[in-house]
Amino acid sequence: MYELIEKAEIFNVHKMVIKAPEIAHSIQAGQFVIIMGNEYSERIPITVSDWNTDTGAITLYVLELGISTLELARMKVGDSLYVVTGPLGIPSEIKKYGTVALGGGCYGIGGIYPIAKACKEAGNKVISIIEARYSFMFYHEKELHAVSDQVLYATSDGSKGKKGKVEDVIREMLEKGVKIDQAFFIGCTQMLERCSEATRPYAIPTKVALNSIMLDGTGMCGACRVSVGGETKFACVDGPEFDGHKVDWKELNRRRSAYTEQESVIYQSYSHECMAEKKLRGEL
Amino acid sequence: MELTAKERMAIERHGMAEQPPDLRNRNFEEVPYGYTPEEAVAEAQRCLSCKKMQCISGCPVEVPIPEFIALVAEEKFAEAARLIKTKNVLPAICGRVCPQESQCEGVCIRGKKDITKAVAIGNLERFVADYERENNLMEVPEIKDKNGFKVAVIGSGPSGLTVAGDLIKLGYEVTIYEAFHRGGGVLVYGIPEFRMPKRIVEAEIRALEDLGVKIYYNSVIGRLHKVDDLFKTLGFNAVYIGVGAGLPIFLDIPGKNLNGVFSANEYLTRSNLMKSYLFPKYRTPMIIGKKVAVLGGGNVAMDSARTAIRLGAEKVTIVYRRAREQMPARAAEVHHAEQEKIEFRLLSSPVEIYGNEEGWATGMKCQRYELGEPDESGRQRPVPIKDSFFEFDCDQVLMSIGGQANPLITSTTPDMKINKWGYIETDDWGRTNKEFVYAGGDIVTGAATVISAMGAGRRAAKAIHEDLMKETDETLQPPGGETEEGDEEK
Repeated sequence: MYELIEKAEIFNVHKMVIKAPEIAHSIQAGQFVIIMGNEYSERIPITVSDWNTDTGAITLYVLELGISTLELARMKVGDSLYVVTGPLGIPSEIKKYGTVALGGGCYGIGGIYPIAKACKEAGNKVISIIEARYSFMFYHEKELHAVSDQVLYATSDGSKGKKGKVEDVIREMLEKGVKIDQAFFIGCTQMLERCSEATRPYAIPTKVALNSIMLDGTGMCGACRVSVGGETKFACVDGPEFDGHKVDWKELNRRRSAYTEQESVIYQSYSHECMAEKKLRGEL
Repeated sequence: MELTAKERMAIERHGMAEQPPDLRNRNFEEVPYGYTPEEAVAEAQRCLSCKKMQCISGCPVEVPIPEFIALVAEEKFAEAARLIKTKNVLPAICGRVCPQESQCEGVCIRGKKDITKAVAIGNLERFVADYERENNLMEVPEIKDKNGFKVAVIGSGPSGLTVAGDLIKLGYEVTIYEAFHRGGGVLVYGIPEFRMPKRIVEAEIRALEDLGVKIYYNSVIGRLHKVDDLFKTLGFNAVYIGVGAGLPIFLDIPGKNLNGVFSANEYLTRSNLMKSYLFPKYRTPMIIGKKVAVLGGGNVAMDSARTAIRLGAEKVTIVYRRAREQMPARAAEVHHAEQEKIEFRLLSSPVEIYGNEEGWATGMKCQRYELGEPDESGRQRPVPIKDSFFEFDCDQVLMSIGGQANPLITSTTPDMKINKWGYIETDDWGRTNKEFVYAGGDIVTGAATVISAMGAGRRAAKAIHEDLMKETDETLQPPGGETEEGDEEK
């Protein structure tokens, strides 16, 4: 079950292609899965970036951030994941909007791909904007180019595209008078918040895929609750996409950081394997 | 040696030996140790075998109580367990979690004057089921020849397991779809180890698998497959929906979104399903509150409070709006909680949760209540006392005040009839408005008990059998599976 059939490392983002034919068959753009590497792992929600109904494979980009994602990162081709549950969440609303801007950072670079693809197929003009610290940290670019009318880059050091972040590219476009009918953003909470602030003055409908802490993913526990427009919503069954102009970001950030102490203690206690030493010993 | 009624009356009720409170409040081992065979026999001898067997009518699944107790008195323990199983497939579980005092034991003639003197039916049920399992005396029941019909069961909680168990014996091919990576539903994610050891649930599930029930884990129906797809694409002839609890309710007061405020479902799921109580071996972290407030008076509230004590809380306070005798929790759980030094703030309801600058809960303000006129449920209605408030410190708040219907199935099955609260509407036998689709348990009734969910499962299994057997004269074409025009899939 859930065999890892391909794996690649893009710095601390790990591409994992997993055999999950039923999920590949039923998933739609904007949905996610919950995975556990082994029976001791946490349940981690991950946006699905690509799937293939012929091979029955789904592609995930996993950011290595804590102990459970570190253990996922250590898995090898041929290993099997303990849990892959999905698809979960409400699919993105795909229709003819006109011009759609999609912004992705970190795991969101892969995350926006299926939405871009579906929007393109629905006849939209698709502008994909992706950010990374350095130019060599981009990935899934060929695929993204294939479904986008335009791919714009932003890097912290200016080594590719605009020096800055997605929100800087968006802001510049809007200032120049580029008409955007719908925006989608996937990435870390800070990025989602800043991008939403960039589109707010122009009242551009903005969907953000929230990454709140989840447990069961079926609406039973309420761990993922967020306040949207003053209402309590559950990201797993009401989301993951919400109106970026209505999300209570402060509360979301606070809840996301609730376990930082436990998470860092256990992460630090994990025995570190130095890959350079291994290579020197001829074990790699 | 036949005892006279007088001799039977003279025997005092046998309680179960338990871990002492000071020991058990630091571990997750089960609290009662169980009866010895001698204790079980002596307790069984207290039963008067009344002609009017009120205990049976007090049981939602009508277990033949005096008969099984008579077998216990004759030391025929495994036989007693098998007799119970003709009506209740999960006696080891029900013996532990049924609210006996408001069911069988509540109407026992021996408890008429004093409920604590009733025959300990629940303890005896637990004893015989444990005896049968621990001594490997579980018999594989007779299974009818396969009849060619396939039934999908959504959810592996008490009602789903009952439906699966009943139908596999009748010759159906049964497949359970479970959303989690472990089976048992509320028995594994909700009820803690110290009350419901997981090995017992695992043994029951293994027994079903041995009978041929297939279980697909990590399968969220409504998303992975829609209910209609189970018929059309996967060829099932009937579908039973037993998906259980829904979205937790958060008391709508200032501070409800502070960090440190949890639904009891989340708290218990972390601890039980994800085994956070064994952190860091199990990776899912848990906030360990020092001063914990639990809102609610049901079993889930007791489980949360007692979990908090075991995880190392210095003080745990249950805040409940009504009086002690109105708490819906099992009497044994309230008693155990009190023994474990959990504080009860009765006739009190929170009006605000205080927080610090970092957004973490620090305390709670409550209003005092008094009992007024009885409400529609017959319970005296709690009425707030004007200007009567109190405050106390707490860094963790666990809300256990019920839930709403889970929308996963109903929102993806738009032609399913639901009531105004979002629960599925069925007839008395679990039939929904959709042909060959049945439902039972919490998704129909809202939060209720394990035994009532099992009763619903039992009735639905009968209805499924009855409805499908009408079909046997026709072809074995799946009733919902007629291919649509131009659909070449089949």
